[in-house]
Amino acid sequence: MAFTVNINGSPRSVDVDGDTPLLWVLRDVLGMTGTKFGCGMALCGACTVHIDGTATRSCITTIDSIGDSKVTTIEAIGATPAGAKIQQAWLEHEVPQCGYCQSGQIMSASALLASNPHPTNTDIDDAMSGNICRCGTYVRIREAIKLAAQASGKAG
Amino acid sequence: MNIDRIASHTSDTNLSRRSFLAAGAAVGGGLVLSLRLPLGRSEAAAPESFAPNAFIRIGSDGEVVLTMPYVEMGQGTYTSIPMLIAEELEVNLKQVRLEHAPPNEKLYVNPLLGVQATGNSNAMRGAWKPLREAGAAARTMLVAAAANRWGVDAKTCRAQDGEVIHVPTGRKLTYGELADDAAKMPPTGSVALKSPDEFKLIGTPAKRLDTPAKVDGTAVYGIDARPPGVKIATLAQSPVSGGRVKSLDEAAAKAVKGVRQIVRLNDAVAVVADHMGAAKKGLATLKIEWDDGQNANLATDDIAKELEQATLGPAAVAQSIGDADKAMASAATKLEAIYQVPFLAHATMEPMNCTVHFRGGECEIWLGSQAVARVQAFAAKAAGLPPEKVIVHNHLIGGGFGRRLEADGAVRAVEIAKQVDGPVKVVWTREEDIQHDAYRPYWLDRISAGLDEQGRPVAWKNRYAGSSVIARWLPPGFKNGLDPDSTEGAIDLVYDFPNLHVEYARVEPKGIATGFWRSVGPSHNVFVVESFVDEMAAAAKQDPVAYRRALLGKNPRAKAVLDLVAEKSRWGQPLPKGRGRGVSLQFVFGSYLAQVAEVEVAKDGNVRVHRVVCAMDCGTVVNPDTVQAQLMSGITFGATAALYGEITLKNGRVEQTNFDTYQMIRMNEAPAIEVHIVKSTEPPGGMGETGTSGVVPAIANAIFAATGKRLRKMPADANVLKQPV
Repeated sequence: MAFTVNINGSPRSVDVDGDTPLLWVLRDVLGMTGTKFGCGMALCGACTVHIDGTATRSCITTIDSIGDSKVTTIEAIGATPAGAKIQQAWLEHEVPQCGYCQSGQIMSASALLASNPHPTNTDIDDAMSGNICRCGTYVRIREAIKLAAQASGKAG
Repeated sequence: MNIDRIASHTSDTNLSRRSFLAAGAAVGGGLVLSLRLPLGRSEAAAPESFAPNAFIRIGSDGEVVLTMPYVEMGQGTYTSIPMLIAEELEVNLKQVRLEHAPPNEKLYVNPLLGVQATGNSNAMRGAWKPLREAGAAARTMLVAAAANRWGVDAKTCRAQDGEVIHVPTGRKLTYGELADDAAKMPPTGSVALKSPDEFKLIGTPAKRLDTPAKVDGTAVYGIDARPPGVKIATLAQSPVSGGRVKSLDEAAAKAVKGVRQIVRLNDAVAVVADHMGAAKKGLATLKIEWDDGQNANLATDDIAKELEQATLGPAAVAQSIGDADKAMASAATKLEAIYQVPFLAHATMEPMNCTVHFRGGECEIWLGSQAVARVQAFAAKAAGLPPEKVIVHNHLIGGGFGRRLEADGAVRAVEIAKQVDGPVKVVWTREEDIQHDAYRPYWLDRISAGLDEQGRPVAWKNRYAGSSVIARWLPPGFKNGLDPDSTEGAIDLVYDFPNLHVEYARVEPKGIATGFWRSVGPSHNVFVVESFVDEMAAAAKQDPVAYRRALLGKNPRAKAVLDLVAEKSRWGQPLPKGRGRGVSLQFVFGSYLAQVAEVEVAKDGNVRVHRVVCAMDCGTVVNPDTVQAQLMSGITFGATAALYGEITLKNGRVEQTNFDTYQMIRMNEAPAIEVHIVKSTEPPGGMGETGTSGVVPAIANAIFAATGKRLRKMPADANVLKQPV
């Protein structure tokens, strides 16, 4: 059946079964490939998007569960203040290696920073432990989140 | 500092005599340099015909485009390789653009692997000299072209930032303006390379060229390929190697909205759909009955027993020094042990995938591969086409680690695409990815040592058994029962062992495919050697660092990294109860690395790696930022294996399925990692894999220091390490 979902500020209509995960609507139906497939079971975080600002695993989020909520993906996260700071910090610390998990890492980190401008190490562990990086960029992810938090401090 | 080595770096190279470089006009204008990366000693000695395998094009717009065979998989190659050219060519790194080389086994051969592939940590090792020489040759021709146009002596001109300057008058011409003229210059006789103290770019932390696209979601991996009209397929392959589809009920799957087609193969079934959601839903409703075949009852223990038996039988001698048997007979103390390492999956974050459009007379393929020519050759065979009718588009790789040196995913996708009208992207679920890998081989070592009255080693014997990946992947590399990968790290040890005898017995276990896995042979050998040296130190009642140090008389570079890591890790300083430090030392992939891991073992036996300190001598550092990143990466990869990594078979089936049963280290468990680099002007060593092989024994040795329990079988097992209640 047809669903209309607000993605990155625009209404997008798709005709799929209601139990279709948002991940495949984004990647295969709408061609927005920045959001990645990693496990299909919310175990790795590669597919993380924001739903009303909350970091959410799109691989287990069915299209019929979204309703009027606002979906934000990696393609638009740079337009949010927290997302822009996180992306800049990622560039400055040269975080990515293969880069495949980084869309999800950035989405989780942006949600963290938006709700908690000065996260502690424990806050970072809690927010980021759902995102696996096989290249082991964890040390730099932690540093980059702290750098972005400093930028938040200066800005406000 | 090795003066001879520096001299050889800076000596003139007669390019025309060596004939590995040619220059000419590019199609569409500009200068193109074609060079041949040497194929090893034999070719360097007797170059025959000139067949270039890397190309540098300088356009009339001044842009420098490099086409070369190495691929980017996160190791920073796309940044560090252009640094070599930019350094000698005197251009800004941003002016250099890289293009993926098309598949051509003859042209784009990796000089250290002998085939077109990126692996074994050797991109930089292979490219180091030829690409700097090419950059210098191009610069020389551009300067000559400028001097010619001005009618001045080339010696009065110099190159800087993509321009040639006539120093006495300050006149300037850009490389773009000179490229056409330079193409007409006679071949350069010789070029002088910079000495290390003249480097402006090499050794500086250059920003990676691929980072921006990986931060905003625009980077395109194989799985992101979307040729027009593409359908998405996912598949179930026989859960037992060698099994077949016995029966298939596809009625329910065909009724799923979005499902277009069910493809049945001998040993797999694929569901083709409009999107992966429908394909997965369709796959879940399929009723497949499998004929498991002859591996139906296979278990990991059967393989371990076969390997253990093989260590008692005939084996090939990998290295023999002195008379180990005689020395062992007279040793004051004798140690013996059996070590085992498990099968391991790669679990790249980008699951296996490949997009194929089979059009009868030709076949087009989109994927990310470490070995694109292999993909072309294997896909051509599966398609029943000559290789030139198979077009391969290579992409960024969402994790390689050796998995994408294999062509099985492309072959499978071609088999499916042959039955599909239009392009189809075959995406493996994570479960398929983990259960149908080419696994790091299971290895078993029977090792022994003899010590004298003072605890010094007088004899070292090691006989080990396991799969030779080289023998399958690159058959000419397997000779006289040996291959260079299975033995790396087991022979040519850094230590002075007066009597040593190492043997290898190749055993290919039935029912499970083996493949290259980050740090390959050393992933096994360094663990065994460094754990057993630790056992020797303990038997000698000596400190593990001091014990190793005393065996490094002939190896100053190894001693330097060991001393540095001991200092930086505060080796010997007290630690809280339950914690321990362990050390490892290795010379593999052309680099020296010492690591100290600090671990904590909880009462329930769970291990936490708090900190890893490493000291590296990888020769000349091209991009120090990449060296640090690669060490952190390799260490985390190895620590994951040490704590969690194990693939097991039961009833012929891989028991692990996804990241819940095949666990990864996550942010909350990630160790702090300190990287210390020893300055060196030696040629660059490999970087991408060294951290992995060395951290596993460092962790095992730290667990021994914390608990007194020696882990001779990986991964760490909480049941073995837990304290009695």
